[in-house]
Amino acid sequence: MDEKIYRPYQMEIEKIVEETPDVRTFRLKFKNAVEAERFVFKAGQFGEYSVAGEGESTFCVASSPTRRGYIECTFRKAGRVTNALSNLEIGDTVGFRGPYGNTFPVEKWENKNLLYIAGGIALPPMRCVIWNTLDLRNKYKDITIIYGARTVSDLVYKQELKEWSERPDVKLITTVDPGGQTPDWKGEIGFVPTVLERVAPSSANTIAILCGPPVMIKFTMPVLEKLGFKEKDIYTTLENRMKCGFGKCGRCNVGNVFICKDGPVFSYEQLLSMPAEY
Amino acid sequence: METTGKLIRKQSLEKLYNILATGRKIYAPVPNSDRQTEYKYNPAYSEISYEHIRSTLSVKNVVFPKVENLLFFSNSKTETIITDIDLHRIPEVVLWGTHPCDNAAVDVLRSIFCWDIKDEFFSARLEKLTVIGLSCHLSDEFCFCTSVGLKPDSTKGSDILLSRLENGDYRADILTPKGEEIVSLSPELFESLSGGKVLITEVKQKFSHQQVTANLAGAFEHPFWIENSLRCIGCGACAYLCPTCACFDIQDETKGKNGRRYRSWDSCGFGLFTLHTSGHNPRSVQSQRWRQRIMHKFSYMPERNESLGCVGCGRCSSGCPVDMNIAEQLQELQSI
Repeated sequence: MDEKIYRPYQMEIEKIVEETPDVRTFRLKFKNAVEAERFVFKAGQFGEYSVAGEGESTFCVASSPTRRGYIECTFRKAGRVTNALSNLEIGDTVGFRGPYGNTFPVEKWENKNLLYIAGGIALPPMRCVIWNTLDLRNKYKDITIIYGARTVSDLVYKQELKEWSERPDVKLITTVDPGGQTPDWKGEIGFVPTVLERVAPSSANTIAILCGPPVMIKFTMPVLEKLGFKEKDIYTTLENRMKCGFGKCGRCNVGNVFICKDGPVFSYEQLLSMPAEY
Repeated sequence: METTGKLIRKQSLEKLYNILATGRKIYAPVPNSDRQTEYKYNPAYSEISYEHIRSTLSVKNVVFPKVENLLFFSNSKTETIITDIDLHRIPEVVLWGTHPCDNAAVDVLRSIFCWDIKDEFFSARLEKLTVIGLSCHLSDEFCFCTSVGLKPDSTKGSDILLSRLENGDYRADILTPKGEEIVSLSPELFESLSGGKVLITEVKQKFSHQQVTANLAGAFEHPFWIENSLRCIGCGACAYLCPTCACFDIQDETKGKNGRRYRSWDSCGFGLFTLHTSGHNPRSVQSQRWRQRIMHKFSYMPERNESLGCVGCGRCSSGCPVDMNIAEQLQELQSI
């Protein structure tokens, strides 16, 4: 009863990575050691990040639950809160409440191949589960990551992309939209669905995890289906505008489904039963 | 319930009010200069209205204030100090003479604020609330409580329910321990009841809410929503007047280093309500927002919150600036 459901944890910015000119990643440490110890989350969950005086904003936790003691978030400078966050420096305070929502069923995926497909700023909501499965690498078979962005400078997590490309146990394919390449670009050129068709990963014993702008999802789904992926073996994570994060403020619902409580992770099978209200 | 029915005479009601008004906040209906009825804290007994059909605003602000502070903060160079709201300072409030629809609405709000995670602000306010309801002996064309599973003398949400007797005295049904507590303050005011006709208005049933709920399950893409929302101006008055609308916004406000985070009433009728930062809006046109309003109350809530998001008070229709009538629309939805 006395739980303060709107009270954020006080987090200290420990590290800032400038991913692109307007995208940043914060590593946040709990200021209170007891809270740090008690805090648990799972891959796929999200939270409300805040700057006192500017308000709260919703993003997923972008770091893996296998990495204890901190959380990371990646955001694009776009609105009032993300602008305020962008102005912060190492050592400054950020509020965080969460974790909220459901999780990627990583246990269910054990002994399967994983195919991650992400576009643009949609890699952050997937980074959590990518690292989660990479940190438990021997539980999974082949891991393939297809990541595309409009231009080379729009690719986030450049350091990690390099790391993944060097790992023998990860197959990474990066691509940029035609015209978005630089002279020294060594990745693919083409839209994500086209590249997926070209790479043509096998759907046998494979789970596809997909996240990107609506237009990418729209054109990628038919390719996945052509490759033989079943609706129940395709997962995505949705976002809608939110305020509370726990099913009360009334704005993130898609039909009778609350993204904040029933999601944000959905299988394509579930998605097909929901109205297109996202 | 017959067994708990007591007689409280007209004069005794005034005595009870004055006993309660000493040291407590009583929220009671009072006619205003516009010939409408509004609720006020601790009005003189002589001001209180027993003859109104519906107050302009409901009493939901008592448990869900228009603006509720969630926390205070103070920013310095190195840290943010957060101060919690002291919930113990929430006063005890007695609702006096509230009609059954408004009393039932408090329970609908509970079904939203307390499903799964319990909202501490709402819960604290609800705990401090005692409801002395008043059955309706008057109604008008906007009333439709009987279509949403209630009646002009529903006891839901009341701790004591008063009903007017023909001779001007009242029957008092003592319904809960909180009601008993009120009685115990002055037991002699509650006499034993021996008959007497209770005056209850008749509200004709306009539709079957079960049928509406059943039809809505397959009505998401129905042309009904566009046809019936063309004149909606998205002003949000319906949500503002509604005793069960609970959607809220959360914002920060600062003066210098100090500030507050608060939640405030919001409405699914506003375009900004669901607008993403990217510019994408899942409910970009008014018909989608009108659909959300009806669907939420009559389809999603019965399924997810085990309650209907409507008590049939009629405020949204009587107060709509473009005369959209929800009961008429629900009647239509019954047969699509």
